[in-house]
Amino acid sequence: MNGFDSYQLRQRATAARFLLSFIFIVLIGAFFRTQILQHDRYQLRAETNRLRPIPLEPPRGPILDRKGEVIAENLPGFAIKLFAPSRDSLRAVLERFAAVVPIDSADREDIAERWAAARYQPVLVLGDASFATMSRVEEHRPALPGLIIQSEPKRFYPQGRAVAHLVGYVGEVNERDLEEERYPGAVAGSIVGKAGLERSYDSVVRGETGVRYVEVNARGRLVRDDVPTGRLPPVQGAPLQTTIDLDLQRFIDSIWPPGVRGAMIAMTPKGEIRALYSAPSYDPNLFVGGISSRDWRALNDDENKPLLNRAINGGYPPASPFKLATAAMGLKRGLVGMRTRMPLPCRGGYQLGNRYFRCWKKEGHGNLDLIGAVAQSCDVYFYQLGLRIGLANMLEDGVSMGFSGRSGVDLPSEWASFYPGTLEYFDDRYGPRNWSAPATTLNFSIGQGENTQTLMNMVQFYAAMAGNGIEVAPFVVAQRDATQHSLGLNEEQLLGLRRSLIEVVQAGTAAASRQRALTMGGKTGTAQNAHGKDHGWFIGFAPADQPVLVVGSIMEAAEHGSWVGPYVAQALSRYVLGPDTSGVRPYLPLTPAVRDSAPRAIETTDSGPRPIPPATPDSSLIQPEPPR
Amino acid sequence: MTPGRLDRALLGVALLLIAYGMVTLYSAGQTDVVTNAEGVWTRQFVWIGVGLVAGFVAFKTSFRFIEWLAPAAYVLGILLLVAVLFIGTGAGTAAGTKSWLAIGGMRIGQPAEFAKLVTVLMLARHLSSLKEPPRTLRDLWPSGLIIGLPFLLVMAQPDLGSALVFVGIFFAMLFWAGVRPRLLFMVISPAVSLIAAAATWSWLVWIVLVVALMVIWRPYIWESVAVIGLNFATGVGALVLWNRLAAYQQNRLISFLNPEADPRGAGYHLIQSKTAIGSGGWFGAGYTDGPQKRLAFLPEQHTDFVFSVVGEELGFVGVLIALLLFLALFLILVRVARRAADPFSSLVVFGILGLWITHVFENVGMTVNLMPITGIPLPFFSYGGSFFIICSICLGLALRASWDARLAGYMDI
Repeated sequence: MNGFDSYQLRQRATAARFLLSFIFIVLIGAFFRTQILQHDRYQLRAETNRLRPIPLEPPRGPILDRKGEVIAENLPGFAIKLFAPSRDSLRAVLERFAAVVPIDSADREDIAERWAAARYQPVLVLGDASFATMSRVEEHRPALPGLIIQSEPKRFYPQGRAVAHLVGYVGEVNERDLEEERYPGAVAGSIVGKAGLERSYDSVVRGETGVRYVEVNARGRLVRDDVPTGRLPPVQGAPLQTTIDLDLQRFIDSIWPPGVRGAMIAMTPKGEIRALYSAPSYDPNLFVGGISSRDWRALNDDENKPLLNRAINGGYPPASPFKLATAAMGLKRGLVGMRTRMPLPCRGGYQLGNRYFRCWKKEGHGNLDLIGAVAQSCDVYFYQLGLRIGLANMLEDGVSMGFSGRSGVDLPSEWASFYPGTLEYFDDRYGPRNWSAPATTLNFSIGQGENTQTLMNMVQFYAAMAGNGIEVAPFVVAQRDATQHSLGLNEEQLLGLRRSLIEVVQAGTAAASRQRALTMGGKTGTAQNAHGKDHGWFIGFAPADQPVLVVGSIMEAAEHGSWVGPYVAQALSRYVLGPDTSGVRPYLPLTPAVRDSAPRAIETTDSGPRPIPPATPDSSLIQPEPPR
Repeated sequence: MTPGRLDRALLGVALLLIAYGMVTLYSAGQTDVVTNAEGVWTRQFVWIGVGLVAGFVAFKTSFRFIEWLAPAAYVLGILLLVAVLFIGTGAGTAAGTKSWLAIGGMRIGQPAEFAKLVTVLMLARHLSSLKEPPRTLRDLWPSGLIIGLPFLLVMAQPDLGSALVFVGIFFAMLFWAGVRPRLLFMVISPAVSLIAAAATWSWLVWIVLVVALMVIWRPYIWESVAVIGLNFATGVGALVLWNRLAAYQQNRLISFLNPEADPRGAGYHLIQSKTAIGSGGWFGAGYTDGPQKRLAFLPEQHTDFVFSVVGEELGFVGVLIALLLFLALFLILVRVARRAADPFSSLVVFGILGLWITHVFENVGMTVNLMPITGIPLPFFSYGGSFFIICSICLGLALRASWDARLAGYMDI
């Protein structure tokens, strides 16, 4: 055949060699690109392929009271998790797991649901395992593929129920939290604060999540769980120093009448919260490691709503304690002095047009000055004072004194107190001709009407009166809200108001709360409750001459403020005088010399339920009907 | 026969490749997860044994006898390819295709591999019998028929990868027979037009180029018309053809162009392969220690993707050594073909070169996304009996061709 002579063959061989070399240069180039130039990219890819990050929960920072005593701390605990490639395999392993540590089928379903939400993460099976449980599970490791046991510090609240509403509780961050970025830095599986201080200072105490890696194969099965690369230890959260006085907090819990709903707040005149208590309470330790569905249902279905923080989330008609606000408005505007008497003495009621507004005391109080009127909580005096101030001014001053809106306390989801700002509110609500300004004025002057306050807001107002007349945002850790509300009163006027409040306790409606060892001031109140027995208020301060603490309390269905007073008095004594109770009168028998407005003797024991006293009249006989 | 006539360089390089392949195959079976690659290296020893015998027999067989036998062998190869369409079974990842000849449920071989060899022999016999190298498209008809038959039968299995090997053999041997490159261009241009039709602009550029070349080269008018007509036909027919492809073939082509389009499906193999190779870096993760392979992320690590194991565990250096060994083998084959004692043996050797280079470029290329994924083995590396035996026979033939050349005294040409 032609074409196979040596010259032509040599030519073709050369061409073939060139072509072959070219092909191999292309191949080698492609490998150089992949292996050398893009090495980092594929290295990362290879690692994300086989390494699954396991978040390491950081220990939360401790929460301490002002003396360093522990409100929340951590105990060693073990979290048992399972790593599963598929739902079926998870079910199978859980089946075997249940033979070692009993888990009921409902919880197994929950675990499967949690797994489905983040299937590349190990799913939490037991968040709060004891050492014994952990050891038992560890023994069965060969039968439980994908088992991960992590030592995870668990939250512990030594004071339990006594601090529940203050400290809140923790829980696993949920999908919505993550979507709305409520917890910056939290990842799926993170433990975050869900309520109370744990919630508002979550970013301080949470710490930084660490990470370690486990190796999985192409089918998602755990191959090695001690991969040393990329391990990042968790960083504990910072300790949280609070203004709380744990002794007082515990004391309030111990004296609180069982079965009574309500709240108590202790605050210094500067706004530092020394105690915050809401009843009924719950055990925040229930939430650690995931609350069981049974406990959660029980807490939610309880008609007493134990999860409700009544100190900041309960709105109540402020009633008689609000008379001090009316007095402050009068003083601020120069319409009255402490010794000013009103034109009409109290004869048991006040005639306004064709309506008769009664005083709580049928027989009447006679002719009183402002001090006496506060001491006796005389409605007729305040009706006339209110009319003298005028409704528009009362609304304006109430807003400037901070009765409209939140106190700004550094606790989560505070309820905003309601107080109308202008007359238009009534026009809008009832129509311009369907309400009467004077009748509304009368209601407002004694804390009735469209006025709903939280305990926190009222205590804040009294703290300002006990201090320098400036309302500041209350705080447990640090002031979060710089807004201040001035009462607009001078030192002398504040002193006058305090004197009238001391008179309440010494000789007035709260005489039952009088303590031998400590003079204190305070104001009772009875808030009308459309659904049952009236709520009782008492807000007081001590010592009388130089107040260091204001304590306010609301007890639902207590019927009268004078019934609440003794508890507040005890709390004040405990704080001012210390645990030595020799000068304190913990039991409050009332003598006949005390005014008939005061409750009768209350039998008290430390453990048994205290009987609620029979109905006593106070300043709340006017129904909060829409004013005409 | 003296030992000096044995082509030691060819045998040495081939044995090094076989050893490298075995070492890699052993590693492919070392996984933390049970895979079907476990222990295949011991079975491969059996194939190597059989292959050595077959290779030795080929080495001992005269090229004249082979030339005489070629038509019969070719007919047998075609018959087997027809038979496999009726009684064939699938295997492994290509379970839906009919590429395995099985008797009584036992798979005894892949006729396509056998057909590749006998087609080389048949085409060599045909081309060496011509007085002149083919000069026109009409002269190429017999060659086209010899290649076209097995090509279409393999496509019908369907096995695109092996079909491409026939194309590789075809062009390699025509080139070596002295067919002018411009004629080869005319033959291949419709296929390029098919690929260029993926985008309208590229196809237009291509058609303009083809017409321009036809004007410059001035072949016979009917040749120009045929070439341009075919280019148009394939370009327009591309869409029709695309729709006729099986879904898995379409997916493979799509994931070749964009592996991330379906990372868990069609693109999975490619992504995992590139990840394994890319993570190897300069020196790799260490022999038998490749995590991608150990944890079974790397699919088919003992057959189609055996080269990815080299890339992951021995790094760029290991890849370079393997590729340079292949290049050395091919350059030696070029030398053997050039010095061969007669056109038939020369064409056979160059046909074997065409067969291997297509396999190597397709297989190695697909692991780094240079080529679409086609299930085609890597010579001397991939586990498998049929192909290893065929490769051994090829090696034996090449050694014999070299021996004959030295015996004839063509050493110094």
